[in-house]
Amino acid sequence: MITETLLIWTARFISGVSVRWVDSQPDTCQRVYFANHTSHLDVVLVWSALPTDVRRLTRPIAAKDYWERGFVRRHLHQVFNAMLIDRKEIKVHQSPVDLMLREIGDTHSLILFPEGGRSPGEGIGEFKSGLYYLSKKRPDLELIPVHINNMNRILPRGEFLPVPLLSSLTFGPPIWLEAGEPKNEFLARARAAVVGLKDK
Amino acid sequence: MIKDWALMGTVLGLLTAATFAGQWLRRQTSLGLDQRAVTAFNSRVQAWWFFSVVLGLAFFNRQLTVVLFGCLAFWALREFLTLTPTRAGDHRALFWVFFFFTPLQFVLVAYNNYAFYSILIPVYAFLFIAARVAISGDYQRFLERVAKIQFGLLVCVYCLSFAPALLFLNWKHMDGGYANARLLFFFITMVLFAELAQFLASRLFGRHIIVKAIDDSRSWEGVLTAAGASAMLGLTLYWATPFTAWWQVVAMSMLIAAMASAGALTMAAIKRDRGEVTSSTLIEGHGGVLNRIDAICFAAPVFYHVFNYFFAAPP
Repeated sequence: MITETLLIWTARFISGVSVRWVDSQPDTCQRVYFANHTSHLDVVLVWSALPTDVRRLTRPIAAKDYWERGFVRRHLHQVFNAMLIDRKEIKVHQSPVDLMLREIGDTHSLILFPEGGRSPGEGIGEFKSGLYYLSKKRPDLELIPVHINNMNRILPRGEFLPVPLLSSLTFGPPIWLEAGEPKNEFLARARAAVVGLKDK
Repeated sequence: MIKDWALMGTVLGLLTAATFAGQWLRRQTSLGLDQRAVTAFNSRVQAWWFFSVVLGLAFFNRQLTVVLFGCLAFWALREFLTLTPTRAGDHRALFWVFFFFTPLQFVLVAYNNYAFYSILIPVYAFLFIAARVAISGDYQRFLERVAKIQFGLLVCVYCLSFAPALLFLNWKHMDGGYANARLLFFFITMVLFAELAQFLASRLFGRHIIVKAIDDSRSWEGVLTAAGASAMLGLTLYWATPFTAWWQVVAMSMLIAAMASAGALTMAAIKRDRGEVTSSTLIEGHGGVLNRIDAICFAAPVFYHVFNYFFAAPP
């Protein structure tokens, strides 16, 4: 509880974030928030931008190899109830998508970063296919695009000290996987939804 | 003591009048006024209220006032550098700028170490920034990047810190323990009043725009009216100031008005240059904190030093 409040306010102070919902409303229905990924703060930022009741039901997806290292990180990922995914060993019978679906059940929402890792600079990388398989198995999940602006300057890749500039976080209108939509087209559309939020 | 209350009362009266005028204008839809201008007027009045409350604190605790100005500088610098394009190579230098030089400047002001705080940024920080950016190994547009960081630090931190520094000046015939707080109160009131007067006058009868490409409303009529109105207000507040002759307060008021206009114009040029960022989502409100303090930043060091040169007495 104390860590949670502390974490939220530290993240807000460092990132000077302003949150906007464009053609979209916070809701406790099951959703997948997908965002561009440029800094370590992104997970905390998106998670803390959600209203408390929504936040309680939302689990960020995080990399196991990063968040299981050291006492502090282990404690932190428990605070925001993160779901750790093994990026190194992906087994067929224990695929990350199945794991995610099993864990969220009928109540929880997810935050994920479909680029797979942090992109250097301002650009947004190609999306990995997880988002596609996720919505193919659960087409009822609302996919909410989230654009994180300027975080690449606040805490860029390879730096551990932040520079407290200002950033903004934009939640967009939900998209869904169309029936029979090919994988690449869907991923390109999802990526365009995130990119398009920058100037809205 | 009576002067402190009288000064606060006068400013409170002015502010109330300005607030009522703004609210009245907002309701007059039939006059066909530009609503954006009315909103801009009201946000200026709001900033004035904010500063008056902060300065009210200056009467109680000098250190606290310095800290509040430090927070303001920190936020302004944040906005400035968000508008400024920097590269990955500037990251470490920026870290030092935010977490070392900015706090140190205000700590030195709070301990009244003039010999150090007057050169901390123009000497040590400037050289450090250049060297730190060089060490990062990214030499592309080197001078341009270094200059941007240096300018941000100079205007947002160094210049602004001379406003609370007024609290530590000494002069002959200081009357009452709050004479310093009155001087700071007088200074801030004059700056904000000059900008408000300039804005109103330019809107009402501005013909000759100074630089259309940068600020399409600031006119010579507005600036001259602001200088005149400031001189008038300065004369009415004469009893609260440390000046010993009426022409001194007139000259100082006009100097403040001129510097305030110069500051606002300079910041407008920077924002014009970075237009697409200014209109983006990063900075909320009417251009944020930076927009409200640009005039103070330019006026503060000049007012401080001119006052120090002509009126100050050694402690």
